[in-house]
Amino acid sequence: MLLGGAALLIAVVIPLVAPDYLVPLLGKFLCFGIAALAMDLVWGYAGILSLGHGLFFALGGYGMGMYLMRVIAGEGVYRSNLPDFMVFLDWKQLPWYWHGFQSFPFAMVMSLVAPGVLALVFGWFMFRSRIRGVYLSIVTQALTYAATLFFFQNAAGFGGNNGLTDFKRILGASLHDPGTRKLLYVASAIALFGTYLLCRFVVTSRLGRVVTAVRDAELKTRFCGYESTNYKLFIWTLSAMLCALAGALYVPQVGIINPSEMQPSNSIEMAIWVAVGGRGTLGGAVLGAWLVNGGKSWLTAALPSAWLYALGALFVAVTLFLPDGLVGLGSKVGSKFRSKSLRPPT
Amino acid sequence: MSRWILTSVIVAVTGAALPRPAHAGPLDEAQGGRLEQALERAIDGLAASSDDKINESVNKLAVLGDPRAIPALDALCDDRLRLGTDGHAYVWDSKIRDIRDPVTGAVVGGAPRPLKEVEISNEVRRVALPILAQLKLGSPDAAVRLAAAQELSNGGSAEAPALLRGALGREHDAKVRGALTLAIARVDLGSADASARIAALEVVSKSGDDDFLSTLQQMLGQGSDGKPNEPDARVRAAAQRARDAVVSHQRVVGFVGDLLHGLSLASVLLFAALGLAVTFGLLGVINMAHGEMLMLGAYATYSVQTAMHGSRFYLPVAIPVAFLSTALVGVLLERTIIRHLYKRPLETLLATWGISLGLIQTVRLIFGAQNVSVANPDWLAGGLEIAHGLVLPWTRIAVVGFVIVVAAAVWFILQRTRFGLEVRAVTQNRSMAACIGISTKRVDALVFGLGSGIAGLGGVALSQLGNVGPELGQSYIIDSFMVVVLGGVGRLAGAVAAALGLGVVNKLIEPAAGAVAGKIAVLVFIILFIQRRPQGLFAIKGRVEA
Amino acid sequence: MSAIPVTPLEDDDRPTPISSAPIPAAARPELALWVENLSVTFDGFKALTEVTLTLEKGELRCLIGPNGAGKTTLMDCITGKTRPDSGAVYLESRMNDLTKLSECRIAELGIGRKFQRPTVFQGHTVYENCELALAGKKGVFRTLFARLSAAERTRIDEILELIGLQDHAKRQAGLLAHGQKQWLEIGMLLAQAPSVLLIDEPIAGMTHAETERTAELLRSLAGAHTVVVVEHDMEFVRSIARRVTVLHQGKVLAEGPMAQIQKDPRVVEVYLGV
Ligand SMILES: Nc1ncnc2c1ncn2[C@@H]1O[C@H](COP(=O)(O)OP(=O)(O)OP(=O)(O)O)[C@@H](O)[C@H]1O
Ligand SMILES: [Mg+2]
Repeated sequence: MLLGGAALLIAVVIPLVAPDYLVPLLGKFLCFGIAALAMDLVWGYAGILSLGHGLFFALGGYGMGMYLMRVIAGEGVYRSNLPDFMVFLDWKQLPWYWHGFQSFPFAMVMSLVAPGVLALVFGWFMFRSRIRGVYLSIVTQALTYAATLFFFQNAAGFGGNNGLTDFKRILGASLHDPGTRKLLYVASAIALFGTYLLCRFVVTSRLGRVVTAVRDAELKTRFCGYESTNYKLFIWTLSAMLCALAGALYVPQVGIINPSEMQPSNSIEMAIWVAVGGRGTLGGAVLGAWLVNGGKSWLTAALPSAWLYALGALFVAVTLFLPDGLVGLGSKVGSKFRSKSLRPPT
Repeated sequence: MSRWILTSVIVAVTGAALPRPAHAGPLDEAQGGRLEQALERAIDGLAASSDDKINESVNKLAVLGDPRAIPALDALCDDRLRLGTDGHAYVWDSKIRDIRDPVTGAVVGGAPRPLKEVEISNEVRRVALPILAQLKLGSPDAAVRLAAAQELSNGGSAEAPALLRGALGREHDAKVRGALTLAIARVDLGSADASARIAALEVVSKSGDDDFLSTLQQMLGQGSDGKPNEPDARVRAAAQRARDAVVSHQRVVGFVGDLLHGLSLASVLLFAALGLAVTFGLLGVINMAHGEMLMLGAYATYSVQTAMHGSRFYLPVAIPVAFLSTALVGVLLERTIIRHLYKRPLETLLATWGISLGLIQTVRLIFGAQNVSVANPDWLAGGLEIAHGLVLPWTRIAVVGFVIVVAAAVWFILQRTRFGLEVRAVTQNRSMAACIGISTKRVDALVFGLGSGIAGLGGVALSQLGNVGPELGQSYIIDSFMVVVLGGVGRLAGAVAAALGLGVVNKLIEPAAGAVAGKIAVLVFIILFIQRRPQGLFAIKGRVEA
Repeated sequence: MSAIPVTPLEDDDRPTPISSAPIPAAARPELALWVENLSVTFDGFKALTEVTLTLEKGELRCLIGPNGAGKTTLMDCITGKTRPDSGAVYLESRMNDLTKLSECRIAELGIGRKFQRPTVFQGHTVYENCELALAGKKGVFRTLFARLSAAERTRIDEILELIGLQDHAKRQAGLLAHGQKQWLEIGMLLAQAPSVLLIDEPIAGMTHAETERTAELLRSLAGAHTVVVVEHDMEFVRSIARRVTVLHQGKVLAEGPMAQIQKDPRVVEVYLGV
């Protein structure tokens, strides 16, 4: 709640005081916060270390990107009804899966539903065959890797390695207008707050407890009568859709979506956000996402070659010395935050 | 037949005697000396100032039939012949930017400069080229004869059939005979005699050589007037048969090629997976930096090659260096970081991912972000030709052989040595092993080092197959984890079977559906496969508590 | 009940195998669980061979046998954790073969189980552990909106009192002592309110007094529930058992009242005599 209030406050104050060029950057951070919450749901609470959340994030982004491309049909460099890259590829017709994306509501629904369905199908196959732990991580990574390769292809119809870019308007408002950017920022803040409330509701419900129980002793939950597969599937799919929401909000603020966004390394970075902040605590996940990305923004500008070292060292240091993240550290030190769950036996 | 006689007559009239057979016995001394002089004089005559004189010399060379005249004639036709101030002819070698002696090929120091370029008309070339070909067909070097046969069949000169047939009659080398037969067939396909064409088609269809495909297509096609290009129906039928034969032969060749390509991919995967099977399977440590061990091994090979200035024997040095250096890195990692993470596999995954980032960045800073290339030593250059159009590069064969040796060695170490016994004891019951006096720490570190070292060996193999870059390991890590998942954890046999399966399947799907579809298909296959056998191909059996 | 005569089973004079069709409900109304010709092999190792076992409603049955006899494996088969190679398990008069169902479906039908090694949800409090075990519909969305009713609260409090953990309700289950975890698991079993309870080695790690209490608890459960207890502690078995089944090398060696079983020379040879 505390965090939620703070987030709302920030949402209102920041656009008023921050310089225009900072607004999209901060808006980006809000989106990462949503993604971190999604990651925390599966990893912190359900014990599933997904290396595929970058994929869901990017899929949501692609959904939004497709809307942004379609809504400016006829205004591209080639004045064609098709997106520029299709004209460039000498395509004559819109591929079937691009139809309908000129409508904002449809595009938004698809941005969430398509990754959701993918997560559901993939998760069903994984969970029913009791794939878990590092195996699951590895297979999710392979899924992400395959998807990246697929999206890199020009023939896939998503703009190849350039991805989708050169957006102009969202819902009639120019994306270059600072006012629109502020609105997008506020929308992200509201989405983050909403996501936080939703996640809080889920993890404090009995379902949340079942999910954590599945993490700790899956067979026992089954003997208690819970179909663990369904629980995992629920939390997994929900998380994927939240991550897609983050991606959909992210794209208009950064102005581009391409396959590098779904590279396996991005998914693993999400995991480290959560680890830094503290697994199994919602506030910690968001905090971690902000700290790591803040550090990244600063360091890649100040000392580019040092960033990978810093990130690598962060991975090692957090796992070795901060198993419960900053929140865990805080509660150990005796701060008023109290970590609600034990470190899960992974 | 009549055509053959006719051409023979023409050849005889133009004074082009048949060259001395390659297998002719040694000449006696005196005659040899005289011929030597004649050869040198004729060669110098090639640099004469008038076309007529050059023609005369060319014909003289034809009569002499000495293959040593080949470089000079070649140079003449290529505008590389030079006339020195001493009146002798020399061959210009543009590579070393100097001249060579036309007969011995030795570089001529203190050249009789200035050199004059010998320019000839196409007229002369027309005379010289068939004679050059004819000399080449008589060369003692089978490779030269082979090249000449192919050249002749493509050139389509009037004398070609006669020359080829003559050469075929004298030829003993099976390979060159085959090439000559094909060359004759190629010429005969253009013959006016339908039965000659059919006979030629017969030869083509037996050979399965895809060089004929376009000619065959053309024969089967129709002209713009709607009439078939080939007037004779019998010939058309033969051409159809020949085309089918060629196509199916090509399919087989392509398939076998893919298979072998897949086999070498499988070998690289197996290197990575063997190491993983050791670290993941035995220690339960999921090492995301394992791919970087491959990369380090490849860079170690590169460094050794550079340090030895590309000596042809850098590989035997690189192999132990790569193994030891990556093993050392592995042991260091295990001692400093990974040992604190046993029993926390997901954290291990993250930490080792961080390590891999650090390793990549370090290599980038030391060697640069660009790919470097490691040259194959000359004894691995070239390949083994199994059938027409199917050459197996020695590097790939060597990699397959290497991985077999390494896999056998790993098996031996784990199953037949004291160390292996301790490893198995520790992995089955750590505390019990510790109780009976096995130093589990030492075993852990050594096992991790072994796994990393094996990956390092894989890096040596990789460096022979392609370029080496800092991200090299990233592209293999996912595939090699798939191998481990598919094969079942901790099973060497499983790793071998899965690596073979994945490598070969990948390369078989690729040509038909593209590399990406291949990857996706393999992933889908694995997902479906683990539905049936979650434990992998070769599961370790045991019971799980709740 | 204790008056049932003993017929020690010999390999060769076992009763002829019952046909695989379930016995009609009306014919055998008193049966709670019916295990029929159950066989399990692990890579050629025969963990269970043609085991047939019938449990009457309200019965308290002890399952004994040396280590590796297959007792836990039998429970695994009944609860769906292990799929048998052949044979069937039927619950009460229901027609469904449990060996075809998933673990959670079996639990839903009313079979509860305590593991040999105490298994509780480490990350949750004692109270939450009981809450999760509570009987009721356990679908995903129902659970998402579930709230504890007053009746359920009282029930949990009762159970906590019964297992002596009322003072530890807010403690993390992972921090409990071994014996307390045993109790908690029994408590969770009670919360689940199954009709058949399978209890694998309940008293390991308990003090003498606690053992007494456990025995008392189990005796009180019998009657309303059907209880199967696996235990190596003969003292304990004697204190609760009415009827005992002896498993040996995956086969039923003998079955009957405790007094009789103790005298059976083969049982003495393979197990009790040690
Ligand atoms: N999943 C499995 N894979 C292989 N063997 C198994 C498996 N589960 C059980 N076994 C074997 O089956 C046999 C029976 O085991 P089980 O646990 O049922 O015995 P038990 O009677 O419960 O013994 P204890 O009194 O020690 O608990 C043992 O030899 C055991 O090793
Ligand atoms: Mg047991």
